[in-house]
Amino acid sequence: MKILVAIKRVVDYNVRVQIKRDGSGVATDGLKMSINPFDEIALEEALRIREAGTDTQVLVVSIGSQSAQQQLRTALAMGADRALLLSTEDESQIQPPLLAHALLKLIEQESPELVLMGKQAIDDDANQTGQMLAALWGRPQATFASKIELAAGLATVTREVDEGLELIRVELPALITTDLRLNTPRFVKMPDIMKAKRKPLEIRPLVELDLEPTPHLETFAYEPPPKRQGGHKVDSVAALVATLKAKGVIE
Amino acid sequence: MNKILVIAQHNSRELSPATYRAAACAQAIGGEITVAVFAEAAGPIAAAAARLDGVSRVITIERPENAHQLAALLAPQIAALAPDYTHVLMTSTTCGKDVLPRAAALAGAAMVSDVMQVLGPREFRRPIYAGNVIVSVRVPGTGPVFASPRAASWRPVGNGGEAAIEPATLELCLPTHTEYLRLEQEENDRPDLQSASRVISGGRGVGSTENFKLIYSLADKLGAAVGASRAAVDAGFAPSDLQVGQTGKIIAPELYIAVGISGAIQHLTGIKDAGTIVAINKDPEAPIFEVADIGLVGDLFKILPELEQEIENPS
Ligand SMILES: Cc1cc2nc3c(=O)[nH]c(=O)nc-3n(C[C@H](O)[C@H](O)[C@H](O)COP(=O)(O)OP(=O)(O)OC[C@H]3O[C@@H](n4cnc5c(N)ncnc54)[C@H](O)[C@@H]3O)c2cc1C
Ligand SMILES: Nc1ncnc2c1ncn2[C@@H]1O[C@H](COP(=O)(O)O)[C@@H](O)[C@H]1O
Repeated sequence: MKILVAIKRVVDYNVRVQIKRDGSGVATDGLKMSINPFDEIALEEALRIREAGTDTQVLVVSIGSQSAQQQLRTALAMGADRALLLSTEDESQIQPPLLAHALLKLIEQESPELVLMGKQAIDDDANQTGQMLAALWGRPQATFASKIELAAGLATVTREVDEGLELIRVELPALITTDLRLNTPRFVKMPDIMKAKRKPLEIRPLVELDLEPTPHLETFAYEPPPKRQGGHKVDSVAALVATLKAKGVIE
Repeated sequence: MNKILVIAQHNSRELSPATYRAAACAQAIGGEITVAVFAEAAGPIAAAAARLDGVSRVITIERPENAHQLAALLAPQIAALAPDYTHVLMTSTTCGKDVLPRAAALAGAAMVSDVMQVLGPREFRRPIYAGNVIVSVRVPGTGPVFASPRAASWRPVGNGGEAAIEPATLELCLPTHTEYLRLEQEENDRPDLQSASRVISGGRGVGSTENFKLIYSLADKLGAAVGASRAAVDAGFAPSDLQVGQTGKIIAPELYIAVGISGAIQHLTGIKDAGTIVAINKDPEAPIFEVADIGLVGDLFKILPELEQEIENPS
């Protein structure tokens, strides 16, 4: 089968971002960039499905600037078979509705049985793209997956929900978004990086997909969050309890 | 005038607190508020929705397919209702996150996730980068605004209302490609993590499932809910639905006690709105102390028993 995995280039999760001096956006120049952690998990899952013995092709796709080639190369080094960059330098409109429409076009061309993506991008924290894509595609969605079992055209997915773990069964083709506990992605080894250089990475301008205009949000202010005034320490349990009582948070 | 549709959230028996928070966000937008209850049998849920302050109408859409709040089934129904409204709201619980973007896409709309504050009918503030940046966004155009209120930012409305309840039918053929199997839930009678006024969380420092009993024991003393860091959940010390943080639950208790938790950005995202944060950690340099209102440096295995003691019999 064919599995499509969508990956986003984002500021590494260990980096604390700053707002640009003029307040016009988030300063990302020169920061360490990575594959969105949830997308790395999506790719790992696709590779494990392939390694479990089914005849599977794993295609990774990213939408963004030319620099996303770097993350696609890493994905190839992890083991993806092919990579595709839908390139655009106008990143302001790369938002879930546009992504969903672009990925739908790709699905129409590639006919995957499974689309795996992250549950959320850790930069915009939107948590929308997978659900929107599944809607437009008219196929089932299983979001926040922590376990996926495939058998006979069906996927049984364990979903991490607020109340606990929910199990649903969906018919393929389907779209699944990943939660952190689905798996632990493999490390990339040096020889794999060399091998990946020979794997196909295709770049197509996004405009070639000829998308209709999609709705998007306009961001007009960037601000730091209100700062918590922490830092006060006490030196004993008795002082801790006394302080809590003085604040009226315990009786 | 704004016509706001709030999608009720429930567990087939009761209206969930998430709906009370969505109603608060709807009040901040201002306008006529309708609550839609999708259920197999809406009875008590609709009755509770009708009492939400500020709500003028409750519509019930009862059909067997609505028993389990599956996104693939709810989204087309929500999208069918949307054209009659200026706003469609569903709190960003895992259910809201699953359902609302799917409905928005079917309605041809963009969506604002995790609304913290309403600036105007089409302008909102929301967090990005795990809450390290707050953006103000505008929804252009004139179509319905799809938005998910961020639970911790909205205080639940009261229940002194008396709205009318009207059954509605939607002539829609729903897909059959998605089947609900079951919910696996750890039974406990502790307060619910998301609505508790006190929460005690344990991290990797707690060391084992066995040691986590110290956390439960203190929680019981304080009538608190129990939470955990991702590291503690990954290590199997606590079930995943107790995870607090960017990818777990975002909570706003009056008192939060973090035990053996270092204070990674992703964890702090989940507790930014807490009233008082207490940190107990043996490493004086742990980042959690930068945000904690009260820090106590030391070994949790010594501190927790002492703390229980001190709460019972102050020295
Ligand atoms: C995309 C992404 C999303 C994430 N989402 C979340 C999330 O939602 N929630 C979350 O929590 N994390 C999340 N994480 C993980 C996060 O980055 C941290 O790894 C995690 O929070 C660390 O958990 P911890 O503080 O328990 O463990 P550690 O960082 O290992 O800290 C353990 C602490 O315990 C202290 N300690 C040890 N022994 C004792 C003792 N005897 N007495 C007192 N103190 C002691 C240590 O000093 C240390 O500070 C996410 C990560 C990623 C990449
Ligand atoms: N620019 C992008 N290119 C490829 N995939 C993306 C992009 N942005 C988001 N995605 C996918 O959509 C998921 C959810 O993103 P979001 O809805 O922005 O939180 C991510 O985890 C990715 O799998």
